Amino acid sequence: MKIVVCIKQVPATTDAKIDPETKRIVREGIQAILNPFDTYAVEEAVKLRNQFGGEVITLCMGPPKAEVSLRESISVGADKGILLSDRAFGGSDTWATSYALAKAIEKIGDVDLVLCGKQAIDGDTAQVGPGIAAHLDYMQATYVMAVDQVTDDSITVKRMHEDGYDICEMKLPAVLTVVKGINIPRVPTLKGRLASEKEEIPVWKPDDIGADISKIGLDGSPTRVVKTNPPPARHTSSKKIEGSPELCAKELFRELRLRSIL
Amino acid sequence: MIALTENDKKEYKNIWVVAEQLQGEIQLVTHELIGAARPLADARKSQVFVVVTGSKMAEKAETLFAYGADKVIVVDDERLLDFNDEMEAKILGRLIVKYKPEVVICGATTRGRALIPRVAVSTNCGLTADCTELGIDPENGDLLQTRPAFGGNIMATIRCSNHRPQMSTVRPRVMKAPEPDKSRKGEIIIENVISSDTDNIKKVLEVFHNLENTVNLADAQIIVSGGRGMKGPQGFALLKQLADKVGGAVGASRAAVDAGWIAYAHQVGQTGQTVQTKVYIACGISGQIQHLVGMQSSDMIIAIDKNPDTPMMQIADIAVVGDLFEIIPELIKEIPKL
Ligand SMILES: Cc1cc2nc3c(=O)[nH]c(=O)nc-3n(C[C@H](O)[C@H](O)[C@H](O)COP(=O)(O)OP(=O)(O)OC[C@H]3O[C@@H](n4cnc5c(N)ncnc54)[C@H](O)[C@@H]3O)c2cc1C
Ligand SMILES: Nc1ncnc2c1ncn2[C@@H]1O[C@H](COP(=O)(O)O)[C@@H](O)[C@H]1O
Repeated sequence: MKIVVCIKQVPATTDAKIDPETKRIVREGIQAILNPFDTYAVEEAVKLRNQFGGEVITLCMGPPKAEVSLRESISVGADKGILLSDRAFGGSDTWATSYALAKAIEKIGDVDLVLCGKQAIDGDTAQVGPGIAAHLDYMQATYVMAVDQVTDDSITVKRMHEDGYDICEMKLPAVLTVVKGINIPRVPTLKGRLASEKEEIPVWKPDDIGADISKIGLDGSPTRVVKTNPPPARHTSSKKIEGSPELCAKELFRELRLRSIL
Repeated sequence: MIALTENDKKEYKNIWVVAEQLQGEIQLVTHELIGAARPLADARKSQVFVVVTGSKMAEKAETLFAYGADKVIVVDDERLLDFNDEMEAKILGRLIVKYKPEVVICGATTRGRALIPRVAVSTNCGLTADCTELGIDPENGDLLQTRPAFGGNIMATIRCSNHRPQMSTVRPRVMKAPEPDKSRKGEIIIENVISSDTDNIKKVLEVFHNLENTVNLADAQIIVSGGRGMKGPQGFALLKQLADKVGGAVGASRAAVDAGWIAYAHQVGQTGQTVQTKVYIACGISGQIQHLVGMQSSDMIIAIDKNPDTPMMQIADIAVVGDLFEIIPELIKEIPKL
């Protein structure tokens, strides 16, 4: 099976900064990590390849330094990484991002399965996976918690919902987005790390994937961030309860009663 | 992407709500969305449409007028009983081209978040995820979509001026469901599935829902959540007792999940679920930023910890200092049986 895993490099949460001009997330000069959900997608792809043979290609759209995340994926078993990087991709929203990634997947060719994380922890949108599926007209399953069965032309998975789960069968090629519980990602071995440092990471530009320039970057993005604010402050009327356990329990119960919670 | 001109934009009218049904039952989020759509439609002097896809939904569709819908479009097919994203997306795409709504909103549930991005791509629209606030410019119909980003560290307002319809998913349990007014009437429009809608759809083989051990954190009014301080699975058994007593659900920090004390489905935070409940009771959770971003917009936070200086104890509305293994059993005793 030829599996493409879309991975995103994201800023570590606590460093979130916003560009006052473009209102987009500033990614320069900030500690970046591989989106945690994408590590599960990489692991699942590596497991499937180990079981069924084939190849795992990780694909990342981002600034040149996002190469580090691709190397990280190679150190845990991906066969190769491809970076989509160019000024023209900058400022893409989820529509434009999923378009660019879909074009790159077409260019890779003969792909059986595309894996994404459930969502990226910076934008939290969960839209890019289904967006890629729509651009490619592939079937999709989101919030996948287990891959149950794979045949030459189909895949059966468990999808998590708020109220339970379902099991569905899709034709390949398909796009899956995975949740954390699906596996436990392996840690890189020293050998893996060394190998990942030697790997050549090709960089693709819009021309390389035949992307229509009007559909990528800020111009290709229908949404505009017009304003960013800190969240409304918590007005903590902090109350502290101390004392013996019985006293604490009584006092807490009284507070809950006073506020008609119990 | 081709942007629309002001004239093209005038062809788009009305506020649409994509209903969510589960095994034939309309979900609460649909009522909330109708409640949110109503003032937008009023500001634009237009109407609220609800689209219901499912099997044998006509009767249930009638109930939506009471919440503020003017028209309900019903698409009925037995293959729509289960959640079939590809098929629903095709149907919605086709209806959008036919009716040209100005705004389309859908619940930011696992199903809504799977469905709507497909529709947005196929109809060339922008899509804003997980909105917590919606406003509209009464003159030009631009939707002002406010949403948390970075796990709630930033609120961003997003506009989508050059495209119609404007689409967003809205977080469940943020908007209030209106009180139903049984005297309100409306019109049902039946639309049929056409063959291309059913090309290439997935097979849903089995559905498990409302299982006893599933955790519906999104719906819970009270979440009793435990962290490393719970020390082990027995600690969580104690929390479950408390949760049952107060009619709540059990949540957990990543440390507790990683230790294997409780399933991942319970995890709250950056790599778990984001919740916004009435009451969040954090027991033995220190409150690292990755946990806080998943629960800090709850109405009321109660923390029980022996260390009074943790970040969680700082943001809590009520901070109870002490050993949770002593306090929680006392609290359970204190609460009368319902
Ligand atoms: C990329 C990334 C993503 C992450 N995502 C998440 C996420 O989604 N959700 C999440 O929760 N974390 C997440 N984390 C982890 C997070 O940083 C913390 O490690 C985690 O939340 C800590 O869990 P805790 O509060 O249960 O444990 P601790 O920090 O160890 O806190 C335990 C608390 O229990 C108290 N305690 C102990 N015994 C008792 C007792 N007998 N009575 C009363 N109090 C007691 C202690 O005083 C302490 O305050 C993430 C981290 C990273 C790097
Ligand atoms: N720039 C990107 N490069 C590669 N993959 C991405 C990118 N953005 C998003 N993805 C993938 O899409 C998933 C969902 O992202 P999002 O829709 O931004 O929440 C991520 O977990 C990644 O798998």
